[in-house]
Amino acid sequence: MEENRKVSKGIPVKTRRVISYIVLIFFSLLCLIWFYILLINSTRSHAEMTKGFTPIPSTHFVDNWINLVNGTIPILNGFINSFIVSGGVAILASYFSAMTAYAIHAYEFKGKQAASAFILAVMMVPTQVTALGFIQLITKMKMDDTLLPLIIPAVAAPVTYFYLKQYMEANLSMSLVEAARIDGAGEFRTFNSIVLPIMKPAVSVQMIFAFVGSWNNYFTPALILHSDKKKTLPVMIAQLRGADWLRFDMGQVYIMIAASIFPVVIVYLIMSKFIVGGISSGAVKG
Amino acid sequence: MKKQSKVARVNRWGYIFLIPFFLTYVIFQVIPLCSTIYNSLFENFRSGLKQIGPNFVGFANFAKLLGTIDFWNYFENTLLMWVGGFIPQILVSLLLAYWFSDPSLRLKFQQFFKTVIYMPNLIMASAFAMLFFALFADQGPVNSILVSMGILKQPFKFFASVTASRVLIMFMNFLMWFGNTTILLLAGMLGIDQELYEAAEVDGATSSQVFFRITLPILRPILLYVLVTSLIGGMQMYDVPQILTNGKGTPANSTLTVIMYLNQHLTSKNLGMGGALSVVMFAVTGVLSIVIFNLNKRKD
Repeated sequence: MEENRKVSKGIPVKTRRVISYIVLIFFSLLCLIWFYILLINSTRSHAEMTKGFTPIPSTHFVDNWINLVNGTIPILNGFINSFIVSGGVAILASYFSAMTAYAIHAYEFKGKQAASAFILAVMMVPTQVTALGFIQLITKMKMDDTLLPLIIPAVAAPVTYFYLKQYMEANLSMSLVEAARIDGAGEFRTFNSIVLPIMKPAVSVQMIFAFVGSWNNYFTPALILHSDKKKTLPVMIAQLRGADWLRFDMGQVYIMIAASIFPVVIVYLIMSKFIVGGISSGAVKG
Repeated sequence: MKKQSKVARVNRWGYIFLIPFFLTYVIFQVIPLCSTIYNSLFENFRSGLKQIGPNFVGFANFAKLLGTIDFWNYFENTLLMWVGGFIPQILVSLLLAYWFSDPSLRLKFQQFFKTVIYMPNLIMASAFAMLFFALFADQGPVNSILVSMGILKQPFKFFASVTASRVLIMFMNFLMWFGNTTILLLAGMLGIDQELYEAAEVDGATSSQVFFRITLPILRPILLYVLVTSLIGGMQMYDVPQILTNGKGTPANSTLTVIMYLNQHLTSKNLGMGGALSVVMFAVTGVLSIVIFNLNKRKD
């Protein structure tokens, strides 16, 4: 291919390689620069920041954090609430989606095609369009201003199901399941002790996606959580934006943004290989 | 006969394993959807201290919603800001994915680049918007840098300008999604049969000819998939403009999206209009979902 291009009219491959590196580095910087400024500014005090921006970090990282924790926003409650909701969603969504995928994959029953088509069809329905009825229902169930209505609905997660079913089709051989049946294992036990371990790579990636999606979710929590101590981090950030923020300590603003973002960034950097691989595994089959 | 009944007994577990999903879905999605539709047929809101309704009004809420200019303005804002983010997103993603997949380029550090460009997709959109609000504030670091470099004489008020506010939102949408799209398109490009490229090579095609005559046409279904899923996501645009403008869609409602409008009805408890707006958005995303559904079916 390479040799041929040199004779033809196209740009030589070396030039194209240099151009592509320059463009890639440009877009990488475009992605990273905001987080760099965020990191720098969260180490600077409010007084330092009013003097203008410098690219060199200062020494107030810990001070800013202490000020934030002792400030008016109950940030530690926010962290705990966000962890409870996201952790719960991650566990429920991945476990029950695997179970749903197994039901469709491993059994033959009447209505199976319809069930599978239904889940695919509702995959794209946004939660916002049912929010009105959802809030009414939650209020009637006396679950308003609690974390439960943010966690329980994760049992039905069509997108997680879709990815897990794709993985199951490629990686779960029914002969293993048959062997377990001959050994006398019940269907529920077979699912828990044979199927889930085989699905572990896909389940853990989907757990991360579910966790991150819930961690970042803002629309529904903002409508359901009212009392300060029950709010999750995105709702608290919105509250910060709504406050008379020009009088606010900017050091606290930056450290709060940093603290909300970096748990996800750290998990991502550790797991990035699997995550980047996981994005394309289900949606595109070529 | 005995064996068959055992098979039937085993297959009954198919139903049992489906119960959690369908029970949860019906309670938390189907019932809310029905009551949302039901609400859309009633006049039901607070006017000052007075509660109006609920009175059955048929489709009057829909007529009112689609008859006033507000909804169409916000619909236009949403579409405009989606398009402004999507066009650079698809162009940059195509280019980067093509380079990643080109065997003659043999790019190094691919994993690093993919990791970096995908990262903004996982960032909390509300925190990202808050960050941009702080960075582009009148006294924020961006203005401070531009003034100290001599590019600006005095700080530019980004959030007082319609164009600047919209462009910032488009830019954030672009930044959050181009990495994701690159990876999707790359998977599609790596699936293309290498023999096609070899045949083109024998015929002496240039790399741009290969891209436009082979890669693009084969990618068409995936491009369509990306387009429609992005449009569905774009119609739900909320977090970024909501936080950036404190829910007001400033300046002059130019960044107010449809879902922000819905949120206003939900927080002010205008259940009739909120219901009608929800039903309209359900229909719009429903039509788009049917397109996706057919695409997925064709792949299977």
